[in-house]
Amino acid sequence: MKSNVGKILTTAAVAATISAGASAATLDDVKAKGFIQCGVSQGVPGFSNADEKGNWSGIDVDACRATAAAIFGDAQKVKFTPLSAKERFTALQSGEIDILSRNTTWTYTRDTSLGLDFTTVNFYDGQGFMVRKDLGVESAMELDGATVCTEQGTTTELNMADFFRKHNLSYVPVIVQKADEALSAYASGRCDVFTTDKSGLAAHRSKLADPAAHVILPETISKEPLGPVVRHGDNQWKDIVTWALFVQINAEEMGISSANVAKIKADTKDPGIRRLLGVEGNMGEALGLNADWAYNIIAEVGNYGEVFERNVGPKTPVGLPRGVNNLWTEGGVLYAPPVR
Amino acid sequence: MSNNNSTNTSFLNDAGNRALIFQAVLLVVVVAVGYYLFHNLQANLENQGISTGFRFLNEPAGFPILIHLIEYTEADTYGRAFVVALINTFVISLMGIVLATIIGVIMGLARLSQNWLVARLATVYIETLRNLPLLLQMFFWYFAVLAALPHPRDSIIFGDFFLNKRGIYSPNPIFQDGMDFVIVAFVLSIVAAIGLIVWAKKRQTLTGEWFPAYWTSLALIIAVTVLAFIAAGSPVEFDLPQKSRFNVSGGMVLVPEFVAVLIALSTYTGAFIAEIVRAGILSVNWGQTEASRSLGLPDGLTQRLIVLPQALRVIIPPLTSQFLNLAKNSSLGAAIAYPELVAVVMGTTLNQTGQAIETIGLCMLVYGSLSLSISFFMNWYNKKMSLVER
Repeated sequence: MKSNVGKILTTAAVAATISAGASAATLDDVKAKGFIQCGVSQGVPGFSNADEKGNWSGIDVDACRATAAAIFGDAQKVKFTPLSAKERFTALQSGEIDILSRNTTWTYTRDTSLGLDFTTVNFYDGQGFMVRKDLGVESAMELDGATVCTEQGTTTELNMADFFRKHNLSYVPVIVQKADEALSAYASGRCDVFTTDKSGLAAHRSKLADPAAHVILPETISKEPLGPVVRHGDNQWKDIVTWALFVQINAEEMGISSANVAKIKADTKDPGIRRLLGVEGNMGEALGLNADWAYNIIAEVGNYGEVFERNVGPKTPVGLPRGVNNLWTEGGVLYAPPVR
Repeated sequence: MSNNNSTNTSFLNDAGNRALIFQAVLLVVVVAVGYYLFHNLQANLENQGISTGFRFLNEPAGFPILIHLIEYTEADTYGRAFVVALINTFVISLMGIVLATIIGVIMGLARLSQNWLVARLATVYIETLRNLPLLLQMFFWYFAVLAALPHPRDSIIFGDFFLNKRGIYSPNPIFQDGMDFVIVAFVLSIVAAIGLIVWAKKRQTLTGEWFPAYWTSLALIIAVTVLAFIAAGSPVEFDLPQKSRFNVSGGMVLVPEFVAVLIALSTYTGAFIAEIVRAGILSVNWGQTEASRSLGLPDGLTQRLIVLPQALRVIIPPLTSQFLNLAKNSSLGAAIAYPELVAVVMGTTLNQTGQAIETIGLCMLVYGSLSLSISFFMNWYNKKMSLVER
């Protein structure tokens, strides 16, 4: 009863936004409007970041582009909505965006109580700490009494609290609304430590005035499987987003890349590859897509390895090693179900 | 009204009856729309599998809060985190209102000053701060404060006080046994002082004899409290701040987030209040001051007894709006890590629980009640002041 009173009070204000998101068939909506509305970050290099011309790039951006390629055969048919961590779930729940691809950690609570579904993982991450080199800190266990800056509304906030509690270390939390301002606070000396996912630390470090003056501590204090999120209850849409990524992982495993996919499609006799690329049968039909959906993903966006190297690989400013985000055949954990 | 002239008109043509019918129809429509929206919301939330209700308030929050005036740890509930944030919002609003009023009155008077330089400085202050967005000013104060202060290793030290980027550290008084006695003595001395002031006023109205009640009562309070403190054997020990590896630890700390929000809110609103004060004072006819002087009242009493009471009648209503603005603007503190209501409830809690409607509803309820309380108080004060008018 108590909860009902509260709900009545707020119903009028928010009912409109929520009810807009109630429609089920996202694929039909997307086809009708001609593009995918993709929720991304406000700027995390390597994951989702806009250049000065407003062109978005990054691993998370490519997840949306792959879906667009699968549906429209054109990876450019995506519009982006930059979201802060605290806005992101509401934006997806309310139907403002079709896919949330914003380095979002898959957790139990988020998957079960937000009315959302995590599709699959496009980056396996873990939370770490960054400190100034001149502090002489070598391990997170030495951080007793430190001041820690982080962004609000993330799993980071809770992991940090759990870590310090578990090891009985005291700390001062400075929790800032936006990642960029949290980083500025760290850069200005408000905090000793900046914490977020390790990939994010590498990305943010590349934005600092003197990246070499900061070190990322060796400890990884949490599991952070990041991946695209869709609304709960639209299974077809979830399948499309999921399999767009599986196709990219499978393509890398089969040695198919954007460079050779056209040639392989013409020449190959491998029935598995022929099925994948739509030469034999129509695998796309079950998803409500064309037979060449997988071909388009690989041709337009590339396989997972290409996406990784292009956005966060060792040759980029973010400079992350493949590590655990390698194929299972190469010692990583990427293992996609077969397309058959 | 309908009873007086209902002799000849039919039921439907009666103005009173019609008004009632229209009101009833409107009520039905409002309730129906409200019910429809509520029902629609419930159904949609259920369809999408989003949890509803306020059960989350009893679940452990798991996140830390930088400033908590009551005991709070990560193991406490979302409900307690809500209360912590609520207190932070109240504290910053009330302190902001007091400080903004002081700044506003000083700046308003300064702008009216005969001194050319003082008047110009006040004008520059008012025009600059009124015309820049508050959020911008908050970032300015936050990052300006941070940039100006030294790193913890190079703290500025005055005795047991430390000043650095992490805040101002001071000794933290810890009350020992016997402090109760001092507090009781303090409260009793205040009661006595109030009694003294009331007595002095009464005597002045009856006999015209004046007694320096305010100074006497101040002396009384200080003397009684200090004596009680000494008699109880100085029952206070101090927790002194000390340098540690990263920060200064121990003691009491005033963090830069709080300082930045307080400065930004009070200087910004103070600029608006200054103009309201100036308008109020200018609205009082110069003849009033002249009349008062010709009666031989000194300038101080002229201001306090003649000009101010009349000016206040003009000042209070717009001042109320400024207080309301300040209370609501305190929500911008979320942007620079001040853990007030919006930051904790609509930021972290909303994100961890995903219950947008409940958390936003809670925030709306709080800001609504906070603003209404300020309104009620100011309306009461306004009524009290306007009684002075004849």
